[in-house]
Amino acid sequence: MAIDAPGRVAYVNARLLDPASGLDAMGGLLTEGEHIVHLAPGLFADGAPVGARVVDCGGACLAPGLVDMRTQLREPGQEHKESFKSAGRAAAAGGVTSMVGLPNTNPVIDDEAAVEFVARRARLIGLAKVFTTAAATKGLEGQELAEIGLLREAGALAFTDGIKAIADAQVMRRLLDYAASHDLLVIQHPEEPTLATGVMNSGEMATRLGLRGIPREAEIIMLERDMRLVGMTGARYHAAHVSTADGVDIIRKAKAAGLRVTCDTAPFYFALNELEVGDYRTFAKLSPPLRGEADRQAVVEGLADGTIDVIASDHCPQDADTKRLPYNLAAFGGIGLETLLPVTLRLVQHGHLSLLGALDLVTRAPADLLGLEAGRLRTGVPADLVIFDPDAPWKVVADTMRSKSKNSPFDGHLVQGKVIRTVVDGRAVFPEGTA
Amino acid sequence: MTDAAFPHRHLLGIQGLTPPEIQHLLDLADGHVDQCRGADKASDGMAGRTVINLFFENSTRTRTSFELAAKRQGAEVINMQVSTSSVAKGETLIDTAVTLNAMHPDVLVVRHPESGAVKLLAEKVNCAVVNGGDGSHEHPTQALLDALTIRRRKGRLDGLRVAICGDVLHSRVARSNIHLLTTMGTQVRLIGPRTLVPASCAAMGVEVFTNMREGLTDCDIVMMLRLQTERMTGNFIPSVREYFRFYGLDRDKLSRARPDALIMHPGPMNRGVEIDSDVADDFERSVIREQVEMGVAVRMAVLRLLAGNLDQTRRNQPFVGAGGA
Repeated sequence: MAIDAPGRVAYVNARLLDPASGLDAMGGLLTEGEHIVHLAPGLFADGAPVGARVVDCGGACLAPGLVDMRTQLREPGQEHKESFKSAGRAAAAGGVTSMVGLPNTNPVIDDEAAVEFVARRARLIGLAKVFTTAAATKGLEGQELAEIGLLREAGALAFTDGIKAIADAQVMRRLLDYAASHDLLVIQHPEEPTLATGVMNSGEMATRLGLRGIPREAEIIMLERDMRLVGMTGARYHAAHVSTADGVDIIRKAKAAGLRVTCDTAPFYFALNELEVGDYRTFAKLSPPLRGEADRQAVVEGLADGTIDVIASDHCPQDADTKRLPYNLAAFGGIGLETLLPVTLRLVQHGHLSLLGALDLVTRAPADLLGLEAGRLRTGVPADLVIFDPDAPWKVVADTMRSKSKNSPFDGHLVQGKVIRTVVDGRAVFPEGTA
Repeated sequence: MTDAAFPHRHLLGIQGLTPPEIQHLLDLADGHVDQCRGADKASDGMAGRTVINLFFENSTRTRTSFELAAKRQGAEVINMQVSTSSVAKGETLIDTAVTLNAMHPDVLVVRHPESGAVKLLAEKVNCAVVNGGDGSHEHPTQALLDALTIRRRKGRLDGLRVAICGDVLHSRVARSNIHLLTTMGTQVRLIGPRTLVPASCAAMGVEVFTNMREGLTDCDIVMMLRLQTERMTGNFIPSVREYFRFYGLDRDKLSRARPDALIMHPGPMNRGVEIDSDVADDFERSVIREQVEMGVAVRMAVLRLLAGNLDQTRRNQPFVGAGGA
């Protein structure tokens, strides 16, 4: 037996958590090279195998690395805000081992060369794995279909116009029809653009602050329209960052009616509400906007009852130049890679979800939705792991974030849940400097 | 004498024809093939008759085919190419019909860019009308010539498996072929993206495939359609490049069909868009030129049959004036 086989790492004394199989037990896990080769409750209780490097988890949780299906990586084109490398470091610190970029880069990811660029660049960096969605329409202009069949073959996981809605109903209908022909997933930013001309949620707060509102109906109308088009075409449709009670309910009913519909939300929308805007805090300027408390609670309810399939960070780096402005003029968006895990764990801490249930939303569920070989603890799969203490408290301090941009809406918040180690393909990528 | 086996005044479409009626047309057409191949192609079966080719849409091959079919049987032929761009179509159509009708033609061959226009015209005249293609509706002589080509090659129509591939949504050829082939007991598959092959096609008694390799599996006939970019408004496909990748007929996709599968195309072909030249020009598999040849024979049979039927019926028809609706 090759006792000295290089690259064997034994994770001992771990609380193994695998949402896919329901495993939650103390045990150990062995990796060899890039893959998981063994895991079991009670494994290595009598000592680690000879020759393997030992990582003592000290009773902490060991789970599949997080899969973040909605991030803006800003490369190529806006590397002053974020790059594959800086986002990769932020992801690693957040326990995210796979992240999926949006196509709203410069140039737009709407041809095969751009998809291949992302794959090649990201591979060279070797931090969290980078995947990409591609444009649904050429140049994200909402007019002509992008070559989504060829883009899929090049490796794009799904098709979306990023932070813009596919607004034209005929274009959306043809897109869904065409996507259904090739069984491709269409991701919508569900917001009617002609209504969403404001800068924060419509309502009393916007009125008091003298800011233009974005009505909840912008989301509701687009989702209702889209459900009709999905019913007509039979396509696979995913609504990004659902933020309203009615939006959650529309998805709930569509699922009950048998439509092939899924949705996600971001931590902002179940952990924060419009009060965060406070005294014109531009870090709380998000798209869709933070809503009222009733909507926040409905999003939590949607997560608890399974209507919302996935939690994605909706990581949107904006530099100081675009955020340090009067609220009305500041850019939309907040970063979220490093806070995805602890804010998701808040759902467990508040009793809305079990630990496995919450982890499922950031591991197995997004991986399955996008067809990624990730999000599971299983022998033979790539060793993408996160070791974390679910209870350890810390304070989010924007300036210490690893993202190039520091625009965290959670700046100053106290959270619980700390990443101890992140492993990608068997290699530790966090903490920095770990072998 | 009205032909008891085909007692109709017009040929406006395949839909509604019975299997014996279709067989009869094909039998008659088959009889004209040798005539066309001989050195002396002339006969006098339509001597003294007048055929007007009334084309509201550009056409070279179909008009030529009808013209030859009439002339080889001794008929007088007038070709009228009518521009449709600048006039109110409905009014012009009926005015034109009534005017021509007053000149007592025997057969009007009509092509029009609007679905249903040929039927509308047929209601205003008391000669015979042949639909030479109306919009995205029907093109009956194309379906008949396709069927004749298949029948002569394979010896039958029933029990065969035919794949019709591509732009079904805009294709009158596809509709006429679907009606004819399903009527004759042929299994029909439609292959294309859902933007061009609507799911509702399944109601016409066909199987619908979005994956061309799956759809072509074990087919006896691969019938390609022209991508009708001129009829497309908006986004049906992302690009010609992507279309060819997934729905263009090439050797690789064709290998899924039966080894003796025939390749058909109504023409004109967009090489490199819906069909690879390598496949289109394969003389063992491609019967595209033979389709053109059968076209003349089919049109000879149709023109002569309808002109013959007219003897009995026309004298009894009241003249339809300009005011008749």
